[in-house]
Amino acid sequence: MNWISNYVRPKINSLFSRREVPENLWTKCAECGTMLFHRELSENLNVCTHCDHHMGISPRARMETLFDGGIFVEVDVPKPITDPLHFRDQKKYPDRMKAAQKKTGEAEAMLVVEGEMGRTGIVAACQDFAFMGGSMGMYVGNAIIAAAQRAVELKRPLILFSAAGGARMQEGILSLMQMPRTTVAVQMLKEAGLPYIVVLTHPTTGGVTASYAMLGDVHIAEPNALICFAGQRVIEQTIREKLPEGFQRAEYLLDHGMLDRVTHRTQMRDELITITRMLLKQSPAIKGDLPKPSTDETSVETNSAK
Amino acid sequence: MTNYLEFERPLAEIEGKAEELRAMGRDNEDMDIEAEAKALDKKARALLDELYAKLTPWRKCQVARHPDRPHCKDYIKELFQEYTPLAGDRNFADDHSIMGGLARLGDRPVVVIGHEKGHDTKSRIARNFGMARPEGYRKAIRLMDLANRFGLPVISLVDTPGAFPGKGAEERGQSEAIARSTEKCLQLTVPLISVIIGEGGSGGAVAFATANRLVMLEHSIYSVISPEGCASILWKDAEKMREAAEALRLTAQDLTTLGICDQIIAEPKGGAHRDPKSTMQAVGQTLAKLLDELGKKKPDSLMKDRRQKFLDMGTKGLAS
Repeated sequence: MNWISNYVRPKINSLFSRREVPENLWTKCAECGTMLFHRELSENLNVCTHCDHHMGISPRARMETLFDGGIFVEVDVPKPITDPLHFRDQKKYPDRMKAAQKKTGEAEAMLVVEGEMGRTGIVAACQDFAFMGGSMGMYVGNAIIAAAQRAVELKRPLILFSAAGGARMQEGILSLMQMPRTTVAVQMLKEAGLPYIVVLTHPTTGGVTASYAMLGDVHIAEPNALICFAGQRVIEQTIREKLPEGFQRAEYLLDHGMLDRVTHRTQMRDELITITRMLLKQSPAIKGDLPKPSTDETSVETNSAK
Repeated sequence: MTNYLEFERPLAEIEGKAEELRAMGRDNEDMDIEAEAKALDKKARALLDELYAKLTPWRKCQVARHPDRPHCKDYIKELFQEYTPLAGDRNFADDHSIMGGLARLGDRPVVVIGHEKGHDTKSRIARNFGMARPEGYRKAIRLMDLANRFGLPVISLVDTPGAFPGKGAEERGQSEAIARSTEKCLQLTVPLISVIIGEGGSGGAVAFATANRLVMLEHSIYSVISPEGCASILWKDAEKMREAAEALRLTAQDLTTLGICDQIIAEPKGGAHRDPKSTMQAVGQTLAKLLDELGKKKPDSLMKDRRQKFLDMGTKGLAS
């Protein structure tokens, strides 16, 4: 009961407890509220270890988890003209673009890469919901066309990960025209006899769903992903009734015949490898870790993997 | 009875006055009001010219949605002979918001498909205000397939606020139906000509406006989202639709600059609804001319050209 215990000691304690703790070490799961340590979360591919809630994951991080050794090469995407409509709402479109680029560190809302998954040659395109809601503008259209062309060139399957709020309004009609443009890209793959697999991630809505995301040979979704054409608010305002629980979620779409499968993110890689290899009439992939060189020294694949 | 738009109110007053005067003149034989009524007519015409000389994008939206504007049904009646409607998607239902069937344009048999909005409360409800459900797009796919198999050109008349946002529509795969319909457009080896006669509402329009030639009426619009929808998302205020209409560049004129619209058909002064017959005839002439032109092309190049047209799209912006 003196000034030392009442004042000095708390002060000293507080100084010591105020160590430099980076704030983003912990993430709170939006579904169950569990605090998740960043390393644990990223090791589990941004899926809550407690309730299996699938959180957003950047295209680059996703590609690293899918391709062998996390190695892939980016495919060039032709740059479209910037701000074709000189669009301005409360902010100028180029300013919104710059903000999105700063936030994500990416040039645009889609990443196109090539590499190997389970030693199967794959071209993959991945939409970035963090970049202006993943919205489909001319760049995204160009990216899908470039991905399809590259897949045809290399005779590889295309795996597309969709995530978007819809078309990019700031590009007006030109964003709408990406619906037919991307459909032409899908046709290139089909005519070349190459598998086109769509993985629908949360959320995939609007014009994106109504074009390339619904034209796959196989449709796989991540659990609980919102997949729809019209948003729930719009529907509720139109039909003036409450919508059932789970409406427009992946499992609901699976029930209604719009999807082939709903697959957990941690099983996605194996499943994609299995499906593409069967469609390409290739032998089953070797799963898990590759055998050590000592167990089979003659295997070329094992040596090259080392 | 003319339905006046909000911005036509001054015009409504003048035309109303002229009508009133004439009614008075009919009651009192000895009053000579004709001169005065004629002066009012002249004033009304001048005002109409002035109003329509440079319509703002939002006003164009209003004209494009005008209730008296000729709709798909009117065009089919005016321009086509032996129209034989074909119904159903063979899966679930027949969607009345989409009309379609076999018909002759001149003596050329074609398949015609279009959105129909309806003209009064009863028919508007029956037609679901021109907002199609998956069945509608699947019917369109079926009709396009039929046309393709028998080598008939396809003419689509676009006039929709958009695809229907409803529970059943979502459950039955609205997005898939639209995607497949767009895909079908791109697979056709017959000519596909699309005319936007009123509103080209987003994906609901793309589903059969993915054509060799896109023709638009002078005051029609074609947009990724309605100005109201855009305003409520980007401005967080649905009342900013004027600004949104401006920003979206949805008029036939802007879309021509952007390389989306291939040809504009002029409308009578005051919009298509002031002289539906001449508007529809102009559309008919354009269609005949385009069919002649595209009829000379080989089936394979019709498909390739159409695909290339869309691949090339977006290289043109608005000149600053």
